[in-house]
Amino acid sequence: MARIDVRKTYKLYIGGAFPRSESGHSYEVTDSLGKFVANAALASRKDVRDAVVAARKAFGGWSARTAYNRGQVLYRIAEVMEDRRPQFEEAVKQSEGGTAAAARAQVDAAVDRLVWYAGWADKLAQVVGNANPVAGPFFNHSAPEPTGLVGVLAPQSSSLLGLVSVVAPVVVTGNTAVVVSSYDRPLPAVTFAEVLATSDVPGGVINILTGDAAALGPWLAAHMDVNAIDLAGVAGSTELATSLEVAAADNLKRVRRAPAAEPDWSADPGIGAMTAFVETKTVWHPIGI
Amino acid sequence: MPTTAPSDPVQGLAAYSEVTASEASLRRFLHGLPGVDQVGAEARATGLGTRSIKTTSKAWALDLAIRMVDLTTLEGQDTPGKVRALASKALRPDPADPGCPSVAAVCVYGDMVGEVKAVVGDRVNVAAVATAFPSGRASMAIKLADTRDAVAAGADEIDMVIDRGAFLAGHYLQVFEEIVAVRDACARPDGSHAHLKVIFETGELQTYDNVRRASWLAMLAGSDFIKTSTGKVQPAATLPVTLVMLEAVRDFREATGVQIGVKPAGGIRTAKDAIKYLVMVNEIAGDDWLDPDWFRFGASTLLNDLLMQRTKMTTGRYSGPDYFTLD
Repeated sequence: MARIDVRKTYKLYIGGAFPRSESGHSYEVTDSLGKFVANAALASRKDVRDAVVAARKAFGGWSARTAYNRGQVLYRIAEVMEDRRPQFEEAVKQSEGGTAAAARAQVDAAVDRLVWYAGWADKLAQVVGNANPVAGPFFNHSAPEPTGLVGVLAPQSSSLLGLVSVVAPVVVTGNTAVVVSSYDRPLPAVTFAEVLATSDVPGGVINILTGDAAALGPWLAAHMDVNAIDLAGVAGSTELATSLEVAAADNLKRVRRAPAAEPDWSADPGIGAMTAFVETKTVWHPIGI
Repeated sequence: MPTTAPSDPVQGLAAYSEVTASEASLRRFLHGLPGVDQVGAEARATGLGTRSIKTTSKAWALDLAIRMVDLTTLEGQDTPGKVRALASKALRPDPADPGCPSVAAVCVYGDMVGEVKAVVGDRVNVAAVATAFPSGRASMAIKLADTRDAVAAGADEIDMVIDRGAFLAGHYLQVFEEIVAVRDACARPDGSHAHLKVIFETGELQTYDNVRRASWLAMLAGSDFIKTSTGKVQPAATLPVTLVMLEAVRDFREATGVQIGVKPAGGIRTAKDAIKYLVMVNEIAGDDWLDPDWFRFGASTLLNDLLMQRTKMTTGRYSGPDYFTLD
């Protein structure tokens, strides 16, 4: 006897819980050939609002953790992802098409990317921090501090590697993130949210909204309680990217600008994605007294 | 209970003089009040909480809610500086927007009344908690001295707590006489009197029936406002408790012609909650109560959320807590 399909309707990930969209809306997600796969929640501006509240609440605790501990938490995400390899491979293959080998390679790269960023947690300060020589009896040093709450528009085509490549550098330095996933390919992000919920990431540190970056971006960019925004998800839409930059200027958000086209995420990322969302704190400490 | 509303308030209250004449008659009257249907009251409160208030109605409701706030600080660590800062905020809650209304009153301990008065003058009322707030466990002489002190310092409103121990023990007349005595102590030399709000601490009254009895008791004793809680006990104000109290003031006006105000206090933190209360006021008591003279919110953090929502309405973008003072 043929088994009846279990048709799934996935939800959002806000504050460590999986709520439905406040609007009650969802949309159909299809695979690369246009066949129905599942329903995903269609996030509205009110979900952005709730996610920002959750991320703000989580910021104090997350940024106060030691860098070492944050590295451990990120490494733990990679471990849990590794356990869920088949699910990720399936999701990537469904979303992006291509061969099973290509999907497997992307999951490999995503896990490796996470491990790579986890290693940076307690090393970034050595690289971008400094002991400054000053003309006076002071020990003077500069160190990176998290910017705060970062809105992330995740890449539209690279559904897993791209997502990890923009989220990990934001949170590893102590920021919290509100992430809008790829619209057409949200399922790897949904699985990633399930990984987050079952690893050691405190609720609210990473919030994942499935929905339209063009609809949610303006609310995130204009939100006065968001400190920075990564526009990777609107790569190529110059007009939209410009309007988001204008909206972001109101409270002087840090903006990581949208590239002209989606970059090759498998390339060496460099530390630019981390340094884009840190502030430099300089301390003058008197000596010789 | 008279069934029709007397046209003359004095005559209306006089009809109840027999009720309050003795312990036995008062008990008979309070226990004769119809019981509260707990499930019904909670369902009604939940149902009213689902109304959707949008656009211009929401803007109006937010402004009204701001005008109804009794901005409160009742901490042992209150310093004169902190109280003055709060008083300034009461005058101009949103310094970035001159169109933002002032709040109704600043609510402080009696010894801080002078500090508030120095900042707000007559532009915003000053409310003082008295009678051994929040427990109410002190001798009558101390409670009355507490009240007179605050009135002499210039308090416009006095928030008194009832003796919950006596109420729960069934000594209703004792509670009644205490309220009457405190009301007399609210008198000023010029013949006017400070408005008296009576706090029940509904979280300690156990049942909705008791809330209804306490409401009638306080109204018969001449309080100007009935208030849910001190904010020091959980649960503080809830929608169903406020619903029972709103029904009581509505019935009381019907019976006597005297209108009494209601003040939920404690636990109301979001603009959404505040609007739920306003919907309930309109539906249960009527729009006569939709006025800062007849309905108040005892709150401190609520104001910031109201201001954030108000800013969202006027600017079209979400605001954040960074742009408002912490207290």
